[in-house]
Amino acid sequence: MEEIGIGIIGFLILFPVLIALILLIARKDRARSVVTVIGALITAFASIFLAVEFLGTGTHYYALGPGLTEVINWVTLAIDVFICVYIVVKGLCHHNYKAVLLALAQGTIVVWAEFGLFRGMEATSTLYIDDLSIIMALIIGIIGCGICVYGLGYMRDHERHNPGKDRRPTFFAIMFVFLGAMFGIVFFNDLNWMLTVWEITTVCSFVLIGYTRTEEAIRNSFRQIVLNLIGGLCFAIALVWIGNFYGVIELDQFISMSLDMSAAGYTQITYLPLILLCIAGFTKAAQMPFQSWLLGAMVAPTPTSALLHSSTMVKAGVFLIIKLAPCLGFNIPGFVVMLVGGATFLFCSFAAISQTNAKRVLAYSTISNLGLIIACAGVGTDGALWAAIFLLIFHACAKSLLFLCVGTAEHHIGSRDIESMDDLFERMPRLARFMSIGILGMFIAPFGMLVSKWAALASFASSENVLLLLILAFGSAATFMFWAKWLGKILSVANSGAADVEGRVYRSEWSAIGLMTVLTVVACIGFPLISQGAVVPYLATVFEEVTQGIANSDLWIMAIIALVIAIIFLGFSGATRKKIVPVYMSGAGIDAQERTFKDSFSRELPATQRNMYLTDYFNEHRVTIVGIAVCLTLMLGSLAFVGQSVAAERDVVEAMPDARQVYEETEWSSSDEATYGEYLQNYEYYKEFYEENTEMLEEYYGLTSLPEVMDYVYEQTYATDYSSYYDEDYDEESYDEDSSYDDEYAYDYEDSGSDEETGAYGADTEEEGE
Amino acid sequence: MSLSFSGSFSLFALIGIVAFLIIAPILGCLLDGIDRKITAGMQGRVGPKLLQPYYDVRKLIQKENATVNGAQDLYVIVYFIFILLAGCAFFSGSNFLLCVFILTLGTLFLILAGYASRSPYAEIGAQREILQVMSYEPMVLLVAIGLYLACGTFEVSGIVTSDVPVIRSLPLIFIGFLYILTIKLRKSPFDISTSHHAHQEIVRGLTTEFSGRTLALVEISHWYENIMFLGWVAMFVLWSGTAWAILIAVVVVIVVYFLEILIDNNFARVKWQTMLKTSWMVALICGGLNIVYLVVF
Repeated sequence: MEEIGIGIIGFLILFPVLIALILLIARKDRARSVVTVIGALITAFASIFLAVEFLGTGTHYYALGPGLTEVINWVTLAIDVFICVYIVVKGLCHHNYKAVLLALAQGTIVVWAEFGLFRGMEATSTLYIDDLSIIMALIIGIIGCGICVYGLGYMRDHERHNPGKDRRPTFFAIMFVFLGAMFGIVFFNDLNWMLTVWEITTVCSFVLIGYTRTEEAIRNSFRQIVLNLIGGLCFAIALVWIGNFYGVIELDQFISMSLDMSAAGYTQITYLPLILLCIAGFTKAAQMPFQSWLLGAMVAPTPTSALLHSSTMVKAGVFLIIKLAPCLGFNIPGFVVMLVGGATFLFCSFAAISQTNAKRVLAYSTISNLGLIIACAGVGTDGALWAAIFLLIFHACAKSLLFLCVGTAEHHIGSRDIESMDDLFERMPRLARFMSIGILGMFIAPFGMLVSKWAALASFASSENVLLLLILAFGSAATFMFWAKWLGKILSVANSGAADVEGRVYRSEWSAIGLMTVLTVVACIGFPLISQGAVVPYLATVFEEVTQGIANSDLWIMAIIALVIAIIFLGFSGATRKKIVPVYMSGAGIDAQERTFKDSFSRELPATQRNMYLTDYFNEHRVTIVGIAVCLTLMLGSLAFVGQSVAAERDVVEAMPDARQVYEETEWSSSDEATYGEYLQNYEYYKEFYEENTEMLEEYYGLTSLPEVMDYVYEQTYATDYSSYYDEDYDEESYDEDSSYDDEYAYDYEDSGSDEETGAYGADTEEEGE
Repeated sequence: MSLSFSGSFSLFALIGIVAFLIIAPILGCLLDGIDRKITAGMQGRVGPKLLQPYYDVRKLIQKENATVNGAQDLYVIVYFIFILLAGCAFFSGSNFLLCVFILTLGTLFLILAGYASRSPYAEIGAQREILQVMSYEPMVLLVAIGLYLACGTFEVSGIVTSDVPVIRSLPLIFIGFLYILTIKLRKSPFDISTSHHAHQEIVRGLTTEFSGRTLALVEISHWYENIMFLGWVAMFVLWSGTAWAILIAVVVVIVVYFLEILIDNNFARVKWQTMLKTSWMVALICGGLNIVYLVVF
């Protein structure tokens, strides 16, 4: 099992990179198609194989051999340096000094950490597989690869529309590298490695956004990289903090130690890295105030947008925050996360109402849905996390479908404006139906997104989170507005016999769009199965008790309705046996397509009708400013507050690395019973005790150093089997062998033993006077 | 006593569904007739016969089969089916949110039917229907949340069998609900997507291009809908106490509906801006305050 696990992880990460290399060499159209399709198929099947093999089997941690780990450490360092240099060079070329500074800062931290802090720090388990990473791998493997295949046909059209140097080899290579890096993010337990792949995704999207090399594309790609480097910088600082004060670099260790330490009252030390990592997640997930990069990313060709929005990049951000969710909840980082997510959800839903550009509507809807996922993760209960994971799954399916549909529509009707999608039902009948499924999938029950929202509502209600409940109530109403009017527009029927322009759509595009449609519908129908097979098992590894957000019976009702609607939309021809009559036009109709009619003066008049965009009420500019202000205040305020509490308890914080070192040397580190938090409480108390009573301890107990004291305390607290004291077979001789002190103190020891024990448990409440 | 889909599908649930499917259209039709009688009385007219709504629908069914396209007819049929489903979900005592979401789904199909005709008038109506949904949706969700916070469940069966009527913990939410009920019942001043008052309508709004059987189906759906909404009202005042509970619920429902008729006849249609603003304000103030109250106390 272990070999399979390591093998499949290695394959999923490295195989896309290999394909990328081949794509750089194979520059012919045909060769590229073959390699891309084969590469995509193999990657997708590998991720399915992973799911079949590991789904529901719990969490597996893998350690690579020390030699291999060392090699990968060097490779990641080399990549870090390369990324830093690349951004600096690019930044200097385009005079973007913000990017240069941020890249340099991050590069310095990473290199310094690698040679200083992390020297000799060995991660015990560098890789892992759990049900969440399997879900993510399926999303990346199937949806991500589907988008790559879609790109084949789309980019051919794109080249035709934008003549110039053919840079498609780079484009497809970067797409595959992106997928490899995403697999890294979901499987790496070593935070140092994770930072490297995290930055690879940033750079990949930088290249993809700037693909067309127009002035706008370059500007937007720099906006993306500056904002994401802020996140990367936060990640790097958090990493250094964790390495320094926790003495670990594994994600799972960090999470469990954070839980221990905050349970023991050491909140000041845990909140800072949590908030920093969440900010890193916010930047990737384009939460306010970082939302502008994702809006700007629309200048890129559609496959890029689809990839960024559905299966990669933004999902990396929410993935990290969902991972950290057990540490969130009713604490400062939890509040920040739920309120930033909630505010982003609300304000971006509002902003989407005023948009006519289909891609912008999609972008705002992505940001707002990610906000909802993040808000759920911030609540951190099992029900909320259940909803968050489902939102993530359904968003990935439906959003990729929508992007691909909009991209294809754009190439064939020549516009991405929703107003010009009027009557798409007749002009591109199949596409309009697929698009309808995508739109329905985004906002209405019985489709997954809304059912997940329902679960979110239930979880917010049971955690009595009034603010999030209000946000959800109003945000959902806005969501209905902007989706319903779009859906109505494409489904209008003019009976004009307009030309069907679908014939020119490439087969690769149809197959990808078809795949996404099937995924969207199947995921909805299989909702209860996904819940039982993957999501609940994952939550069971995180929480002691898991209750599913919605009863299974309700889920099945929804699944049946979803199936019925899908059949209606996909199977319905629009034919009728009734007599067809023209619509009423206040005069004699002339042209149904143009909606012209003859009025009472026999003049030919057009009837024009546009959707409502309510710009007076949901002004994009205004809601953006409010949203940014709210989110920025929350982030900076929480950082200031946490920073201040760190400063206030500086001595406690500064003692942490020493405490960790002592921990490693004592029996505490190998104990199953004692948590690190309990250790810290004892450490803090006995360190002082030891410093004050060094001589006494040495004289009476023979304890010459702090680790020995801590071992002694540990034995007293956990390891001593008290029943043996009263056991008849109790042998004093063997007792002595284990201890380093004299016989004559044995009696004292027994006495003081019980004293010490109470002291150990109540270290921070007792002994205030001493 | 389990009246829900989850658990065993009980006899009560079945009775609720059958009763709704059979009795609701009859009651809805009579209600419509009474409504028109009272309205006529308020306007100093004699008014039509009590069964006029039934005669209207019968006539519509007999009309020639003509339509602007097949799609809109299909959407109206789907709308009708989902209204029935929503009602069944409610009267079987199932999850209230399930009922709300299926109802929203049904309404979406009515909107799509309006868009599908591609008539400028129907399109305006459809957009206004979207605005109506957007206006009442927050309050409806807050009603559901309030019910959950007060009763600890979203199941209608649990809510109507609690020890005290739920309105005692949700007075403000009830008021807020009455406000948006006017939109749901398509009563003036909020009948902006399609109106029964010809003097304040753009052609015929959302339903401009519906005719014959399709229009008849819209009318019948409206009967079902109205009965379901009155069921929602009753839900607020029902409790596990005996016949008194039902009697009081009936009285409250009658009073509420009379109030709606009174409002309908005394206010001219407002602009959508007013509807959106006021209903969101009401939702925020009534819903928000009531929920804060529930959480804090």
